[in-house]
Amino acid sequence: MDKRTRIVITGIGWVTPLGHDIDLVWAKLLDGQSGIGPTSHFDAGTFPTQFSAEVKDYDYQQFIKPSAAHDGVGLNTAFALGAAAQAWSSAGLDAFEGLDHERLGLYLGSGEGALDFDNYVATNIGGWDKQSCKIDGTAWVKIALEHMNALREAEQEPNMPLAHLAMQFNAQGPAYNCLTACAASTQAIGEATDILRRGDADVMVCGGAHTMIHPLGVTGFNRLTALSTRNESPTEASRPFSIDRDGFVLGEGAGMLILESDEHAMQRGAPILAEIVGYGSSADAYRITDIHPEGRGPSAAMRQAFADAGVQPADVDYISAHGTGTKENDSIETKAVKNVFGVDSKDVAISSIKSMMGHLIAAAGAVELITCVLAIRDQRVPPTINLQRPDPECDLDYVPNKSRQIQVNVALSNSFGFGGQNDTLIIRRWDPDAGP
Amino acid sequence: MSKSVVISGLGPVSGLGLGIGPTWDTLASGRCAIRPIKAFDATGFDCSIGVEVSDFNISKFVPKWYRKATKVMARDIELAVVAADLAARDARLVTKSTVDDGKSFSYDSTRMGAHIGAGLVAAELNELTAALVEARDDHGRFDYRKWGGEGINHLTPLWLLKYLPNMLACHVTILHDAQGPSNTITCCEASGGLSLGESLRVIRRGAAEMCFCGGTDSKLNPMSFLRQIMTGRVNTTDNDSPATAVRPFCRTAAGTICGEGGGIVVLEARDSFEKRAAEDGARAYAQVLGFGASQSVHHESRNMLPDPQGKGIALSIGIALRDARVSPDDIDMIVPFGLGLDVSDMAEANALASVFGDRLADIPLVCTKSMAGNCAAGASGLDICVAAKAVAEQMLPAVINCDQPREGLRAGSAPGHRHDIRYALTYSCGQGGQNAAIVLART
Repeated sequence: MDKRTRIVITGIGWVTPLGHDIDLVWAKLLDGQSGIGPTSHFDAGTFPTQFSAEVKDYDYQQFIKPSAAHDGVGLNTAFALGAAAQAWSSAGLDAFEGLDHERLGLYLGSGEGALDFDNYVATNIGGWDKQSCKIDGTAWVKIALEHMNALREAEQEPNMPLAHLAMQFNAQGPAYNCLTACAASTQAIGEATDILRRGDADVMVCGGAHTMIHPLGVTGFNRLTALSTRNESPTEASRPFSIDRDGFVLGEGAGMLILESDEHAMQRGAPILAEIVGYGSSADAYRITDIHPEGRGPSAAMRQAFADAGVQPADVDYISAHGTGTKENDSIETKAVKNVFGVDSKDVAISSIKSMMGHLIAAAGAVELITCVLAIRDQRVPPTINLQRPDPECDLDYVPNKSRQIQVNVALSNSFGFGGQNDTLIIRRWDPDAGP
Repeated sequence: MSKSVVISGLGPVSGLGLGIGPTWDTLASGRCAIRPIKAFDATGFDCSIGVEVSDFNISKFVPKWYRKATKVMARDIELAVVAADLAARDARLVTKSTVDDGKSFSYDSTRMGAHIGAGLVAAELNELTAALVEARDDHGRFDYRKWGGEGINHLTPLWLLKYLPNMLACHVTILHDAQGPSNTITCCEASGGLSLGESLRVIRRGAAEMCFCGGTDSKLNPMSFLRQIMTGRVNTTDNDSPATAVRPFCRTAAGTICGEGGGIVVLEARDSFEKRAAEDGARAYAQVLGFGASQSVHHESRNMLPDPQGKGIALSIGIALRDARVSPDDIDMIVPFGLGLDVSDMAEANALASVFGDRLADIPLVCTKSMAGNCAAGASGLDICVAAKAVAEQMLPAVINCDQPREGLRAGSAPGHRHDIRYALTYSCGQGGQNAAIVLART
């Protein structure tokens, strides 16, 4: 059998609730700092959940030159542009002239854009007919045309970050946006890897961007009782694997990576940060509202990733958990890790950075994979904070509260989407002589 | 050599009909389905016509054990559930959902994937606004404090789940116990084509043996409909003549019309398909020979339109032809994107000319949007069904509304007729610039 093309990570960038610089944010994560605080995007003062992990002091023009093509972009696109610009320049692509733009691809897992909420609500209330208790279409459209704006509406399409990155980098190769809820950007990176392995592109920009910190996002998750309501102590609200966890905390931001074949990277002298060795994707196919109680889907995704990677669970040094801090996720994820790792599950360091930066939903997986890259780079793993009293059902090593210096050669990142789509990635420290 | 993959079941759902039988009859006889919109009062909109999927009862497409879940299905999701059910039955698959007599399922669940394109799903306005009006202040304005405190409780707890784009795929995976790789592509009109590309890659890399793929969408609600009109792509001048409103590749093209629905197909590795077909008599419509994806870059329109030369579109077609190892001369029929919007049609025509040269004048272009409207994220799913059926039947559906075709194109109106089709091309171009091209072959 032919030797499989090896795919490496050569650039990383992120925009997160803890900052927008790789090393700065990484230092805060290792230090166990929380990016969670009172919600300021809108008046959330009476919502069941009044806090979130917002991106602060951010303007995408800190990273790219202003351009008419990006005027008035939505938050998802703004996050995507900043994170991708960091990844692009860290991969040395700013200075590289030999790039074939027809073979420069994009695979994002970006979320739907936030509604133009105030105008949307004003239109709906104005168009409401009291008598029939229905929207009066004629009144509604009249008000809508006064309030709504074509550009702001178009920017809500989930593929708009993709469209803007394509313009920014003149990317003409394969281009996709997937939206498998909380698994989206992990899936995007996995599929980008497969596209490169097939030789359908030379370089892929991949990752995700998302915010759901908007009135209907918080409404939706509050109605599902999925969010923590620990309003009195936001920085302690995200408590993955803890006995007293009460839900996840919404975060926002973007994570972007540059992938290419080892050959392409070496030819252009790019820095190789890690190798992507395995990817798995599965569906729970169980229920819309619940995860399969035995962790069937997550286990299948991990098993596929191991089969793809040709490494064993015993080889894994670090797991970046999905670890949302909901009752259901953390115990079932623990069960799934045990299903797949068996006795080795006790020996692997596991942590959830959602304890510090909340849940970036579609963007979470990309940001978490970047922490795996950094764990391999620095041989240090970030902690799960707020873990004083572990749930007895969560009895593995979650690196409680303090980061740890350990040997990290192989890291695994899990992302499980609401509705049951699951994805796993495995990366390894770059070793040019290791077999694929 | 790539693994051989076939399309074994078709599930088109649109104003043309539910299922490939009725859909094909409508297309073959050239009956346009564009009508005044009934789903909501559209008379105040600049465009008031569309293509609705005629009434269907969702519980007829969902087994008893899953009926409760239909309460959390937005229209887009219902359409996907119907399309997948039709595709599974058309492929003669016994699934967790279609089984009726205790027969064993046709596949290993862990080897069945689902890649389903979806749009930006709009909240049902009557439901949401009924809750919003409870949070008005004394001046009748929306009050965040009242909303957060009590207003939100007027929404059903599972409200959010109706509108997550990945729920199309999730419901399909549950209904048919598809535990393999699963994805939701959200690239507007290219979503269905890209989803097929993804299924193809997944089967080729051995991660699944078969997949549901395609997409569905509905823009026939006030918010989504207005967004479409705001893009400038909708025909606002032919409300009084719906049957001739969409005129792809005609010199008089004046914009597209919103449809709903799309299509989902069953894709299978040929070797496993042949094994089961020997027992259950399933037949393949076409082989999927090649796939190509690309991105158009057009700063002036912020990628809302393809670049005028159609460079991005041509790139995806070229990749698909190379992947299929066929030459442009081998293509006997094209189901193009054919939006019916002048600038978009022109970019397509330029792209096709750059790929096919003079021979383009001999290749029939068969557009579905003239009859079915633009089904958005479902559009390419529908086109894939039509292209596959044409290949299987060796027949071209009718072409309507093109009395003055653009120069160099064989796009003029014609009745349905027999045609030798060895290889067919279909491609789609998403608002946002993503392109997906697919080459099909006779089995």
